[in-house]
Formats: sequence, structure tokens, C-alpha cells
Amino acid sequence: MLGFPNWKIWTIIGTLVLGLIFAAPNFIPDRVLSAAPGFVPTHQLNLGLDLRGGSHILLEAATDDVRKQKLDGLEEIVRGELKDADGGAVPFSDLGIAAGRVAFTVTDPTALDRAVETLRKVTKPVGNLTGQRDVDVAVVDGNRVTLTPTDAGIASATNSAMAQAVEVIRRRIDELGTREPTIVRQGDNRIVVQVPGLQDPSQLKALLGKTAKLEFKLVDMDADPAAVAEGHPPAGSQILPYADQPGTVVVKRRAMITGDQLVDAQVSNDESGSPAVSFRFDSAGGRRFAKATQENVGKPFAIILDNKVISAPRINGAILGGSGIITGNYTTESANNFAILLRSGKLPVELKVIEERTVGPDLGADSIKAGTLAAVVATLAVAVLMIATYGRFGVYSVLALILNIIMILGIMSVVGATLTLPGIAGLVLTIGAAVDANVLINERIREEQRKGRGVIASVEVGYRDATRTIWDANSLNIIVAIIMFLFGSGPIKGFAVVLSIGIATSVFTAVTVTRLMVSRWLTAKRPAALAI
Amino acid sequence: MPLKLVPDNTNIGFVRRRYLAFALTLLLTLGSIGLLATRGLNLGVDFIGGLTMEVAFDKAPPLDGLRARVESLGVGKAALQEFGNARTILIRLPLPPGDQTAVQKVVAKVEGNLKASYGKVSFRRVESVSGKVSQELVQKGALAVLLSMLAVAVFTWFRFEWHFGVSTVVALVHDVTVTLGFFALTQLEFDLNVVAAILTIIGYSLNDKVVIDDRIRENLRKYRQMDIGPIIDLSVNETLPRTVMTSLAMIVALTAMLLLGPDVIFGFTAAMLLGIVVGTYSSIFVSSSLLIVLGVKPRAVAVEKKRTAATGAERIR
Repeated sequence: MLGFPNWKIWTIIGTLVLGLIFAAPNFIPDRVLSAAPGFVPTHQLNLGLDLRGGSHILLEAATDDVRKQKLDGLEEIVRGELKDADGGAVPFSDLGIAAGRVAFTVTDPTALDRAVETLRKVTKPVGNLTGQRDVDVAVVDGNRVTLTPTDAGIASATNSAMAQAVEVIRRRIDELGTREPTIVRQGDNRIVVQVPGLQDPSQLKALLGKTAKLEFKLVDMDADPAAVAEGHPPAGSQILPYADQPGTVVVKRRAMITGDQLVDAQVSNDESGSPAVSFRFDSAGGRRFAKATQENVGKPFAIILDNKVISAPRINGAILGGSGIITGNYTTESANNFAILLRSGKLPVELKVIEERTVGPDLGADSIKAGTLAAVVATLAVAVLMIATYGRFGVYSVLALILNIIMILGIMSVVGATLTLPGIAGLVLTIGAAVDANVLINERIREEQRKGRGVIASVEVGYRDATRTIWDANSLNIIVAIIMFLFGSGPIKGFAVVLSIGIATSVFTAVTVTRLMVSRWLTAKRPAALAI
Repeated sequence: MPLKLVPDNTNIGFVRRRYLAFALTLLLTLGSIGLLATRGLNLGVDFIGGLTMEVAFDKAPPLDGLRARVESLGVGKAALQEFGNARTILIRLPLPPGDQTAVQKVVAKVEGNLKASYGKVSFRRVESVSGKVSQELVQKGALAVLLSMLAVAVFTWFRFEWHFGVSTVVALVHDVTVTLGFFALTQLEFDLNVVAAILTIIGYSLNDKVVIDDRIRENLRKYRQMDIGPIIDLSVNETLPRTVMTSLAMIVALTAMLLLGPDVIFGFTAAMLLGIVVGTYSSIFVSSSLLIVLGVKPRAVAVEKKRTAATGAERIR
């Protein structure tokens, strides 16, 4: 029990040294670290947002939105495809969306098969092995055709929309010039955004909440004002509110052009010198824009962002250069935000903030200070208690305790775990567990001494019997920690991480390392009695 | 000469006093349930959804005036609470209807008004949690606690005997209930951090019970002819120095956290501190004595020893 072969001693020392090396960057100023050669480990502990301040925002995509968009898109596709079907246009009526499907009636029965054939061709296989497609095309009641998006189709559309949303968000946040944001998907339809060190998240949230779908649509001049007042726009038109003034505009549903082909947007000034946003299309978009404006000279059109009309100017002449300017009630800041939104592209789905936590940098700094102070005082108090109670063995325990803390810091730095406030509390609990292991051992040795056993025998039996108990207790704690990690959320997870690492290292330092120290002392001094 | 917190070879009759302990335990548990039923927990936004702002003032504002001022803004019913010191106030508001811009507007409104009336104020922390998320957090938290208990029961059953599993879980339920009762009594905010604390209490209390259970099992094998009562007394007495020392170390460490640590984890630390005391009590007085009621037989454990010795499962070191 007390004999240590050389290789074992060196493995133990090696492990401790490694822990020390990996923990070291946390105690060295950044200035020195950045000058260190490449092979030196420089990973520092990640501090959670609760410690260093910053914003945590959880966004949720409206999945219904995806279905609705899919249906809207499908309706457009049907309209276009039937017109351009092989073998001539398919005559149809009653095209519309109802009960989660697109349906229309083919008025010429002989064209029915051709219509179905044409539409089947535009459905896409969904990436699985069952051969499922994203849309089911079916014929009901003899001449009515329905197109139903399948669940797999919606799932795949949601998936790609979310992936795209993450990219758009990343671009928007990068435009703000914020340091090291974390943007990750969570579950099927959520995105977590964490931006450390952000003082005021309102600008960030203003940017995240916008879909930034830019459209140019013709104003419908023929709409009957009475019907519009009752909320009934003419077929093929829709009623949209103004963004920053009361009133509504009736516009054609079909967009002249959308913002997808924008290549740049910048803050500029209009003729009167007030802030505005200038934009530029790519060459294809520019040609389309030129054509659309050419065909509609003299008519008013609406510039629409997220289904709100920003302005509805008259087209004075064809805009040929592929660029233009949007004026409105802008301040320099809001114009800049708008330009960022346009540059970063539109969000494929609407995102809602469902959870937000912002910690100011003062509070974060206070927490670190108070947390560190408390941890140091707690360790000192425990150390005094241990040494007063167990003398030399207490000193060994305290050394093991300090090594334990260093090991935890080292491992957390290497694996890139995040230390949060509950994590610090987990550290305290780990200190408790480590102390407990040594208390168990030392009390056992005392017991064996009382029974009249010799020095070596007492220590041997003490370690052997206590180790069994320590294993029992710690394996249970590991199980609990793993459950916390798997099923807990946020703070509970942060706590579980520290606890799991701490339990593993504490068994090593409190049992193995102290045993090595005790055994070296016993072999060197051969004491006749133990003061314990 | 090293310090001894507990004299050598104590022989306290814990088992003899078990009915007193059971009565006290029952009283504590029922009392806690009563408190939970009547006062309820002061649930934080994590669990009920809503908006929380931690605001630091230059000097302590009168709470009634502050509440009236905030509520006059038409943002709903405000719950105010001192946080750590009288200058720092936690303002809780219901989540405004509508999307996130609505939350933003409420925060801006409150901030503007407070700055105008109180001068220098700083918003140290703003949290908003929607009803949907808070519901999930409740479910996840409860699931984590329940699964931990279940895992404990299964583990102790396999490692010892079913009696140990039952007595441990009964004691743990008591520990958790009393801690919840404490939160109902003090009306300290019950948030996600506190759930982490409760899980920790389960872990710690467990540790305590396993140590004593281990010793009971050992003694059952050593003294085949002894009755279960004296064996439990012997085991609890033998482990008493360890129980006291470890609990004391934890209490010392947690008191440091409580007094010096950041205010944000005050509730967390308070819960742990109480949990340690309650857990230690239930380990010494409840879970071990419960074994008698459940009828652990020395023979059962002795037979089990043969089985495990044969498979070598006992020799984990």
C-alpha cells in the first residue's frame, strides 16, 4: 500500500506538473502571454457572461413562418409553371392557399395529367433514404390538384433557414464590431447569441429582431378606397402600414424587385442633407431595376421593409445605374442600422427574443472580485482547520487541496470549459469533497491507532478502508453531476462541469497524492508514533 | 497535540432517541410543506417569466416611493426587493405583451424615469425570460432533481441493500423539503442557481449517508451476533468525528462565501449552508435509524458479501 514504484511516482508528478503548466496562463498577465513562443500553452479559463459582463440572448424562429413562406412560394411556382408548361399553358382557376396546402382547379380535363406532371418535376427530394419529396402533389375530386408540403420538407426548409439565419446574424453582429460573439444553434428552431462585454444590448437586439426583407412594389392606384377601408384589398394586392406614420398603402403583391440582389448599402445624405441610405444592386439586379422603373415611369412605388412601407415615391424616370437612395425619418444611427441590415441580407425567418440576460461590466467585475476573495478566504479557513486538527497530515491535505484547485483550473483551461458564478460555488463544494476524503482517511488512521496498531499498519489500513468509502461516495456524486449536466440548463450545467472535473481531480490529489507524500515521509523518517 | 472536535470512543445512543428524531423530522417536513402551501416560493423570472432589473442607486431609495413611481409608468405590478444592500434594488415586472421591442421600451422607460428622479442610477443587470422558456426551465430543473434522486436510490440499492436505498431517499426528500421550506419562510428569490444548490445538497447529504452506510455494512459483517440497534449506534459513533469535521469544513467554507461572495449567489450559498446542516442531521438521526424500521438483517448483508466477494465487485480501489 505504501510502496510506490518509481514509474508511479513519476506519473503522479508528471500529471501534477502538466496541471500546473496548463493552469499557469491564468496567473500570467496577457501582455506577457502574447509575447510567449508558440509551444507555450496560453489557453485561459473562459469566464461566463455573468462574470465578465455581456449579453446572452435566446432567439426562437417562428416555424409557422417557414410553412407559410413555403406555401406562398409554392403558389407563385404553380402560377408560373402552369403558364410555361410543356405543350402549352394549362388553364386553371381557384388557385389559393387553404388548410396548409395550395390547391387549384384545372378547367380543361385533358390538361390534368400534364399539370400534375409539370408540378411533380419541381418538387425536390428531401435528403433521406425513403425517397420522400418536399411536396406531395395529389388530385382530388377529379380536377382539383393539391400541393401539400410534407413534414420532412418543412423540416428541411426550417433547417436550411436556421443555418442561413445564423450566418445573417453573424454578419450583423460583426458589422457592429463586437468582440468574439458566440452564435450557435440550439435544438430545431433556436439560436443562442452571446456577446461578452456589451454595455447596451438595445442596438444589438434592434438588429436581431429585424427580418430586413426589402421589397419594391408598385402602388395599386385602382383600389376601391371603401373596400380598402374595410380591409379588403383588390385581388393580387395587399394593404401595408407605414413604418413611421399613420395610414396604409395598397400595393401589388408581386414585387418589382427584392433586396436579395443588393450588393451594398451605405449611409449617405439626401438633397436636404439629412441622413439617408444609398444602395446598389448587382448587375443582374440593376438591369431588372432599370427595366421595372422604365416600364412604370410616373407611377408611385413603395419601398417596403419587413412589410412596412418606408416611403412611396413617384418614379420620375428610369433608374439605370443600378443604385438608388432611400430617404425617410432617419437619424445617422438609425440610417446606419438600416444599412447594416441591408448589407447583411434578410433573415429567412422571423426571430423572436425569448430570453435575455445582460450583465453590466461593473457587476461582472464585482462578482469576480467577491468570488475570488470568498474562494481564497474559504480555502484559508479550511486549511487552518485541517492543520489544527491533523497536524502534519493536515498539511499534506492542504497541499493536496491547493494542487486540486490548480488541476481543476488547468483542465478547465485546456478543454475550454466556462467558469460561471455557480461554477465558483461548485469549486467550493469540490474543496469540501476533497477535504472530506482526507478527513475520512485521517479519522481512519486515528481509529487504527487507538486500536493499538503500529504506525505503518495504521496508515495502510486507514488508506485502504477509507478509499473504499471515498469511491462509493464519489461515484454517486459523479452520477449526480452527469445527470445535472445532461438535464440541467444554464447555471446548473456550469456547476456540473466544475463538479465533475473537481470530483475526478479531488480523488487523485486527496487520495493518491497525499498517500505518496505520507509514504515518502514514513520511509525517510520512520517515526515511532504518529501525531494525528 | 492536534485538536479533537469529538472525543475518542463516543457512545451516544442515537438509536434510543430515534422516535424523538422521527417526530422532529416529521414536524420539520410538515412545517415546510405547510409553509410552501401557505406562503409559497418567491419564484424568480427563471420560473415564472418576466423582467428583472438590478438597479444600483447612489443612496438607498424608499421602497414604497420607488414602487409607486415605477408602477405609475403603466408597466404593470412591480415587485421590489433589496439585493445584497439597501442601495441595490431588484425590480421585477411582468413581461409586457408583444415582442422584444416592448421589453426594450419598458426598460428604457423605467431607466429614463429613475435617472430623472434619482440622479445617478446604474442598471447592473437586466434579464427577461418569456413564459415559454420559464416553463421549460421549470421542467428541466424538476427533471434534474427527480432523476438525481432516482439515480441515488438505484445506486445505493445495488451497492448495498434495498433498505439503504429507501432510507437514503427518505432522508434526501426530507432535506430537499426543508430547504424549500426555508425559501418559503425567508422569501429569498428562488431561481435556477438555487436548483443547482439543491442538487448540491443532494450530493453532499448523500456523501454523508454513504459514509455511514458503508460503516454499518462493515460492522454488520464484523459483528454477526450483535443486534442491529447497537451496530447502528456503533457505526454512527465511529464516523462521528468525520461527520463533524467535514460538515464544519463545509460550513466554514460556505460562511466565507455567504459573507464575502457576490450577492448574486447569496440565495445559492444560503441554501447550501442550510442543506449541509439539515443533511448532517438527517444522516446522523434519520437515515441510519430508519434502517431498523425497515428491518435490515445482519444475515442479508452477510450473504451479499459472499456474492460480491466472489465476483470481486467489492474490490474497487
